[in-house]
Amino acid sequence: MTLFGYRIPMMAALLVWCVAWEIVGRLELLLLFPPLSRVIVAMGDVVTSRSFAEAAWITLYSYAWGMALAIVCGIALGVLMGRVRAADRLLNMWVNMFLSAPLSALVPVIMILLGIGTTTVIATVFMFAVWIIALDTRAGVMNVPRSLVEMAASFGASRWQTTTRILLLAALPEILAGVRLGFIRGVKGVVIGQLLVSIIGVGALFTIYSNNFLMEHFWALTLMLFVFALTVGEILARIEARIDYYAGERS
Amino acid sequence: MAATATGVRTGPGAEPAAAPPVIEVRNVRQVYGGGVVALDGITLDFAEGRLTSLLGPSGCGKTTLLKIVGGLLAPTAGEVLVRGRAVTGPGPERAFVFQDFALMPWATVERNVAFGLELRGVPKAERLEVARHYIAEVGLAGFETRYPHELSGGMRQRVGLARALAVDAEVLLMDEPFSAVDEQTRRKFQEDLIRLREVENKTFLFVTHSIEEAVYVSDRIVLLSPRPGRVSRIIEPDIPRDGDPEAIRRHPVYLDTVEQIWHGLRQYVD
Amino acid sequence: MPHADSMPGRVPPAGGPGAAAAPGSEAGGSLLAWRLASVVLFCLAWEVAARAGINFAFPSFTRTVGAFLEMVLDGSLLVAYARTLEPLVIGIVLSLVIGVGTGVAMGLRDDVEWLTLPVVIVMQAAPMAALIPLVTFVYGIGLVSKVLAVMMLALPVIAMNSYKAVRNVSPSLLAMSAAFLATRWQQIRKIVLPEASPMIFAGIRLGVAEGFSGVVLAELLITPTGIGDLITFHRSVANFGHMYAVIVSIVVFAVVTVTALQYAETALFRPEKRSIR
Repeated sequence: MTLFGYRIPMMAALLVWCVAWEIVGRLELLLLFPPLSRVIVAMGDVVTSRSFAEAAWITLYSYAWGMALAIVCGIALGVLMGRVRAADRLLNMWVNMFLSAPLSALVPVIMILLGIGTTTVIATVFMFAVWIIALDTRAGVMNVPRSLVEMAASFGASRWQTTTRILLLAALPEILAGVRLGFIRGVKGVVIGQLLVSIIGVGALFTIYSNNFLMEHFWALTLMLFVFALTVGEILARIEARIDYYAGERS
Repeated sequence: MAATATGVRTGPGAEPAAAPPVIEVRNVRQVYGGGVVALDGITLDFAEGRLTSLLGPSGCGKTTLLKIVGGLLAPTAGEVLVRGRAVTGPGPERAFVFQDFALMPWATVERNVAFGLELRGVPKAERLEVARHYIAEVGLAGFETRYPHELSGGMRQRVGLARALAVDAEVLLMDEPFSAVDEQTRRKFQEDLIRLREVENKTFLFVTHSIEEAVYVSDRIVLLSPRPGRVSRIIEPDIPRDGDPEAIRRHPVYLDTVEQIWHGLRQYVD
Repeated sequence: MPHADSMPGRVPPAGGPGAAAAPGSEAGGSLLAWRLASVVLFCLAWEVAARAGINFAFPSFTRTVGAFLEMVLDGSLLVAYARTLEPLVIGIVLSLVIGVGTGVAMGLRDDVEWLTLPVVIVMQAAPMAALIPLVTFVYGIGLVSKVLAVMMLALPVIAMNSYKAVRNVSPSLLAMSAAFLATRWQQIRKIVLPEASPMIFAGIRLGVAEGFSGVVLAELLITPTGIGDLITFHRSVANFGHMYAVIVSIVVFAVVTVTALQYAETALFRPEKRSIR
């Protein structure tokens, strides 16, 4: 958008919203929004508290493990469905189903099976992320032009070699797209997992803040989670952009 | 009558100066962001009832010029007059035929053809009747209720042509209308275009990159050179078109003109 | 991102559940057979795993089915669904109206886009669930919070899809309509909205899926009512069969609704009429 002839980047709109937030907070128009400045001050408080350090650790730990598992299993599942017709016919339905199902409803089940702790959160992250990774990997593998696979066969490649040296690399743009979406879903998973388990990590922190009516701290923590999610998404988008150059060249 | 393939026809039998031109292009200049000069000072007149081709290699600005005449692009400098009035945008007297057909995929053939009339507020029964007339004229009778995805490329282009004819504009602007179909269909379209001209008394402005096509159909060929786009030459091939359409392609004037233009344009092939 | 892709068997890279294999894209009969076989296998695996005693809290398939039937017959399940549907439907309808309206406005006007798009992008990527405790804190544990929970999850994806749908309208068609002297309003009505409808509808479908997630989350986090109440209750008295039955039922219900919407999408918008690529 241009104003007086100068192009204003879109993210500047967020500044407008921040100012609006500050005004709304100062004038106490909406109970939900305390002044942004106070939230930012509270961030300092939150970050230096010890329970935050613990919550951050649990969050990052569960997230890392959950995503690692989701990536490995998701890609493996996607390749399987993309290469083996029978597997695709059996599994496609389930993968699609889990993609659009209210996964939060399954967390109580996980909680009962795996207990009330970080294991459940890791499993939640895994559950939220794995399906989109599998589906996009499958799409990527199926989109690899036949001629590439035939070329590999004509040079005597084994099935394993074809998969690792050709398929995964040729499907990389789609796989990375799926992984990026998986990372974003994973953040939702790690938050929802902790919220439902509620006695650990950020779930516990939220409980403490609400019991003590600390609205600013609530927002501070929430905003930090938001920034985390957006940063993860942005990093992955950059990685994706780097290998995108050959996305158009494959066919 | 001495007819040379270069320049205006001369000699006895040449027609006297015609009525005022339908379209006047005055010093049109088009510069894109980054300083790319697409058109540099184009001045041309287009006489009523004639078919003029804009011919040239890619980058010569022929489609740009067509869009400026059509009112779809505003020139950086210069103006276009249609019947003495300056062009500020599209108008009912000019109809456009698009290179990629631009058909609405969710609408039937007859609805697509009637679209121009629909936008004008013509009542439904009337506009469908007009549409059906032109659908038949372009040879698609029977396909009124089909959808674009059920048609071949050639048929889709005919729908686009019927749509442009249906609004009964004086000027028909055609942007490489036959480039997206196969060679056989293309040849047939060129023959159909000649026949169409005899039926419809309109002014045609035709953009093409095919030399043979331009020479085959046009009364006048404007050659544009690229980077920046300028008028390089104007040729009026004097080829009789009333007889067998096939014979045109063997006519000596046709062959000579094609050769001559090719030699002139060769330097622009990179 | 999803394009109407009329080639059977080729799945475009998914931006969401839109990548589900189009119903009927293969010989319908054999696909159904495979799906049935898959379901049967799943139930069998479940039964076997439960009986093998993986976990004392893992009821068998048959036990779950029994509990399900019991709850249907004594009405508790239906009552619970009635309670849950209230915030769900209200939330979805509001999300629809606000989401499609905002998305289309963003698509049509650059200034609206500049102001609103960053917010929608943030809302899509961020864990909006984190706001549920916040909302509860301010608005209490009643219907308002639950409706807000549904809206917070469903709105962003609906708005985003509507926005992209409008922006993706073929410039060629817009140029064509301008050449035939369409007014802006005619352009919106006759070109933009028809062309954008499939993707807007896809966004609605995704929004409904998110809405289900939102309402379940709301009922588990805020105060248990309806379905959430059943889940929490049966868990607390260790009726695992019943708990599982409720959970499976809501998952199935959500999936069935979304799939029904997908069938409606295909029937309404006839993808083969949509792309002539």
